[in-house]
Amino acid sequence: MALLEPSKHSQGSVLGGVNPDLASERQTASFSVEKLTACLDGGEENTRQRRAVVEAIERDPAFSRENQYFQSQNERYEAAVRKAVHLQKKMHEMGWTETGPEFKYIYRAVSGDIAFLLHRIFIRSISMLGSDKQIDKWIPLATQHKLIGSYAQTELGHGTYLQGLETTAVFDSTTQEFILNTPKISAMKWWPGDMGRSATHTVVFAQLYTNGQCYGVHPFIVQIRSLRDHSLCPGITAGDIGPKMNFEHVDNGYLMLQNVRVPRENMLNRFCEVQPDGTYVRQGSQKINYFTMTTVRISLISDEVIMPLMKACTIAIRYSVVRRQSKLKPGEQEAKILDYQTQQEKLLPQLAAAYAFHFINNYLQELFNRGYREIQKNNFETLPELHAFSSGFKAMVTQYSTSAVQICLQACGGHGYSSLSGLPFLYTKIIASCIYEGENTILLLQTARFLIKCLRAASTGQPVPPSVTYLAAVKPGKCPAKNKLEFLSPKIYTEAYQHMAARLVSSAAAKLQDLIQSGVKKHDAWNQCTVQLAQAAKAHCHYITVKNFAETVEKLKTEAGIRRIMKHLCDLFALHGIFSNAGVFLHDGYISGAQMDMITASYLDLLAVIRKDAVPLVDAFDFTDKSLNSALGSYDGQVYQRLYEWAQKSPTNKQMSPAYEMYLKPLLHNTQSKL
Amino acid sequence: RAEDFVMSLALVINDPDFQHEDLNFLSRSQRYEQAIRKSSLMVMKLREHGIADPDEIYWFKSFIHRGRPEPLDLHLGMFLPTLLTQATPEQQDRFFMPAWNLEIIGTYAQTEMGHGTHLRGLETTATYDPATQEFILNSPTVTSIKWWPGGLGKTSNHAIVLAQLYTQGQCKGLHAFIVPIRQLGTHEPLPGITVGDIGPKFGYDEMDNGYLKMDNFRIPRENMLMKYAQVEPDGTYVKPLSDKLTYGTMVFIRSLIVGDSARSLSRACTIAIRYSAVRHQSELKPGEPEPQILDYQTQQYKLFPLLATAYAFHFVGAYIKNTYHRISGDINEGDLSELPELHALTAGLKAFTSWTANAGIEECRMACGGHGYSRCSGIPDIYVTFTPSCTYEGENTVMMLQTARFLVKSYTQVTSGQQVTGMVSYLNDLSRQRIQPQHVAARAVTVRLNDPVSLVEAYKARAARLVEAAAKNLQAELNHRRSKEDAHCHYVVVKLFTAKLSEVSNAAVRAVLTELCLLYALYGISKNTGDFLQAGILTDAQITQVNQHVKELLATIRPNAVALVDSFDFHDVHLGSVLGRYDGNVYENMFEWAKKSPLNKTEVHESFHKHLKPMQAKL
Repeated sequence: MALLEPSKHSQGSVLGGVNPDLASERQTASFSVEKLTACLDGGEENTRQRRAVVEAIERDPAFSRENQYFQSQNERYEAAVRKAVHLQKKMHEMGWTETGPEFKYIYRAVSGDIAFLLHRIFIRSISMLGSDKQIDKWIPLATQHKLIGSYAQTELGHGTYLQGLETTAVFDSTTQEFILNTPKISAMKWWPGDMGRSATHTVVFAQLYTNGQCYGVHPFIVQIRSLRDHSLCPGITAGDIGPKMNFEHVDNGYLMLQNVRVPRENMLNRFCEVQPDGTYVRQGSQKINYFTMTTVRISLISDEVIMPLMKACTIAIRYSVVRRQSKLKPGEQEAKILDYQTQQEKLLPQLAAAYAFHFINNYLQELFNRGYREIQKNNFETLPELHAFSSGFKAMVTQYSTSAVQICLQACGGHGYSSLSGLPFLYTKIIASCIYEGENTILLLQTARFLIKCLRAASTGQPVPPSVTYLAAVKPGKCPAKNKLEFLSPKIYTEAYQHMAARLVSSAAAKLQDLIQSGVKKHDAWNQCTVQLAQAAKAHCHYITVKNFAETVEKLKTEAGIRRIMKHLCDLFALHGIFSNAGVFLHDGYISGAQMDMITASYLDLLAVIRKDAVPLVDAFDFTDKSLNSALGSYDGQVYQRLYEWAQKSPTNKQMSPAYEMYLKPLLHNTQSKL
Repeated sequence: RAEDFVMSLALVINDPDFQHEDLNFLSRSQRYEQAIRKSSLMVMKLREHGIADPDEIYWFKSFIHRGRPEPLDLHLGMFLPTLLTQATPEQQDRFFMPAWNLEIIGTYAQTEMGHGTHLRGLETTATYDPATQEFILNSPTVTSIKWWPGGLGKTSNHAIVLAQLYTQGQCKGLHAFIVPIRQLGTHEPLPGITVGDIGPKFGYDEMDNGYLKMDNFRIPRENMLMKYAQVEPDGTYVKPLSDKLTYGTMVFIRSLIVGDSARSLSRACTIAIRYSAVRHQSELKPGEPEPQILDYQTQQYKLFPLLATAYAFHFVGAYIKNTYHRISGDINEGDLSELPELHALTAGLKAFTSWTANAGIEECRMACGGHGYSRCSGIPDIYVTFTPSCTYEGENTVMMLQTARFLVKSYTQVTSGQQVTGMVSYLNDLSRQRIQPQHVAARAVTVRLNDPVSLVEAYKARAARLVEAAAKNLQAELNHRRSKEDAHCHYVVVKLFTAKLSEVSNAAVRAVLTELCLLYALYGISKNTGDFLQAGILTDAQITQVNQHVKELLATIRPNAVALVDSFDFHDVHLGSVLGRYDGNVYENMFEWAKKSPLNKTEVHESFHKHLKPMQAKL
């Protein structure tokens, strides 16, 4: 093999070779794992480059995550800062740059446990929202780390609903300054990363007041800590918001401002400006701002959501062929738990989803790149569609993946709950994605609003984006499939999804219309339909994901074995979706009860087929042992030995707990006076 | 007596000995230490107040440890009871009083690294040596290392070890042995024993779940628990009379988990609903102040069905507990006839309620937005403490398969002309009037969506249809769909909730519980429309009505939502949540809480001097 393949079992090599239960799974692969990896990476060259980055990072002991599960909040924070500082050196040493092809692999290689991610958002927001003059002043300072930035938007009392923010910035024309204030406790900035301990500067979003009028939320650069000794600046109260379910390496912070003055030039003014006399001037379109938010949302999906899902699948599936439990046939050896249909039903649909989301993510990236080129030509036509896409898919993919990781955790029995399995860490991290960058329910309702608008436009003959033309085109009817094999036709199931999505959108629209016509006020009517609307938006995204998976498989240019197994995964993803949402497909009789039985049968058949390639399919994700950091999921499958070795490293075993001398001993010896 | 008890609980809450720093700010070792400190004190207070009743101990403990696990759980909950039920009088003399006085602290070591729910697969061996009249205990493989038992890592000096018994060259299956593991006095592990903590977990920080490896470790013959099975001095094995008896403890613990599902979900609901009444966000009507988020239909749809579920499980938990006490009386008199049904019922309901509550707690947390993710919300802690119950005391999937097997077996009995009793008695009707999908069109309209009793019938029909389909089609269905056992448990819950309504005498309380019961039942239908449609129990039009009805109920319940969680009556100390405070002063207290975070101990964090400053200096 020409590609550079780093040693996969680099941790605890004393344990011996690959567990035969895992080795046998690899011998029977129906396709080339290496080729599928290249396919996922978008070509062999990318695979080579990614492996080189991962190798360079993992070989450097400064990036080790070996003791991560034993660290306290303070230790994790300190390690993240240390690694971030070291990474600057490393990049310089390796000749990697922020615009180079290697950059996108670095985050994956360090597995996210690193500080100063918000520093990057700080830089990005100044580049997007700042004038050329502001960019010239601040960007060099930031890129040379002369200052450390953060991005302070969310407040204690307000998150996704930005208009509700309560921090104020009042312009004082006599001194040419803005006076920033936190007028009440709920207005305190809360959650911004890197702000609790690290940042010296932050972009604060505040309600702008000038000449006695409020002009809405605007960004201001505010210094919060001294560049000399890091102490807090006058008027600033800031600190860490305390322990969370995960992200303990990040110092999410709070910030209170009391009459903090910043010069007029510190308001980011590419699109709006306050002139020296206090006059407010808007220039150009602000729509591009939304585009920034939208791109952040999409760029997150790959690293923060799909990667952890793939890791969880890798761990759970490898462990499920090493773990043997109970007997399928009397007299035989205990069976691998992955041979139980119940275990397959838990894990294989999640594996199929990981692939489905990988492909929909590629599709979205492409869509956004195209959209970006249009926007640069000042054509904002695609913006509403892109916004709806980013909202809906962010919500669907994060929600689906979160529950998928949870299923993987629970599918590993007791050992899944050990931190050493890596699964609790993945789970507690991925669940945050359902909230940040827009709370999922609110995002789904934004997509729903777009869909309802398009449906209305389409039914009156106005043009709508191609992705939603189906809404007005679907006719009532019945699914034509006659036996279980016909349900393996992408045309059959894609149409079923299309029908279901169109029905849910149009019935939500009809309900809304009915309520309004019966005299209910528009906003009340909307609120009364939101449960249905959110469901309709999710159905739309599910349909597009199935459709895209099927089309991607159709177009795959690679060996037949890979095309075949991808087709199976696509079928499984689609049929599992119908099987688990049977009601909405049965509801108007598009699918009959008898057809639902056929779907169930086909779905179960697929489990047995995909079972054979389950391990090669997760091997193709190509995670190193170090990046999985899991005693259950290592490449060599030496699960029990590793669990035992790692447990012995636990700090609880290193020192004699003071609990014995202080409490247990007196208890055991009955010497406490009270007894 | 009851008043004394309440008094003693009040003492606990106000006792300075039981106060400590917020656990969220402590390391694992510190949390373990705090738990040990409180457990030691607790034992002394229990003695002081003369509390010995298991229920009272349970409440006392849950107040002191605020619903969290503690290192003596296994000693009190498994070691002592096992001695009582399985030790001979001679063994009780030797072990029980020292254990009662905590000179011996024990745990129960069953699970191994390689085997959990499937007990027969355990690999630890106990080989009898008639020459010295000892058992030689061994952990022959890595997978046979005992793994997970609570209190084993650091706390216990004895363990009841389950091992495969070998005597006279033959394996006699699993038996229990009392094994000393640490030296009395120094607490050092005994020669031949390797013991330690299994490391950090998803929650359970205060518990020293441990490992235990034994190398030719010898214990006297008299240390095998021999009330039932025995090994005589020459090695002759004497069989026990019945092996069903060991079911009893399992059934008891599983029934506790059902109650725990209700409590944990109730706590999460209390936090999420109170917070949703405090949090204002966005706008409904243009120009008006921001509404409470609890006024949004999507928020109600997330939380109210869970509130209804918490109530439903509460009643189910009480029912199971009563049934257990009733039947265990019979068991003590040797009547085991009701045991199989009770066993299947608790297994199924344990899985059904713990799965539902587990998902529900997470939904409550998500409904609190970003702040739910902070440990100050208290929900992460509820979740990590509760979620292992999906796995321990019988992995849920296995529990459901056992229930499924019982249902199919009952169905087979009915078809062969026998009557079945208890919660599966609806299967008796099946043989008389078969449920035929094609004939039910007329039956469908008879379901009254406003009447819980009528909805019980709908759930019953669904369960019956799915059991029948599974039994008839064993080949194709094999064990794939959880639906029949799910449907059965769902039916039992709806039935018990409905039955409870008629027992409530206060009209207003009955009215609001009826709304919750209807919401629980209708929401369940709307989430499983496939089953009801496919079986022809409800029509498309009725499903549309069900969905509509659910939304109307949300609006009806809204004004009572906070009162309904206040009724759970959780003390703020027990709730452990800044978001769920009774007084609703959320934001001020979040700020106070955060100021105590370990990262805030100094104004400038040491990593500034160690890393940031040198970096800035170099650039």
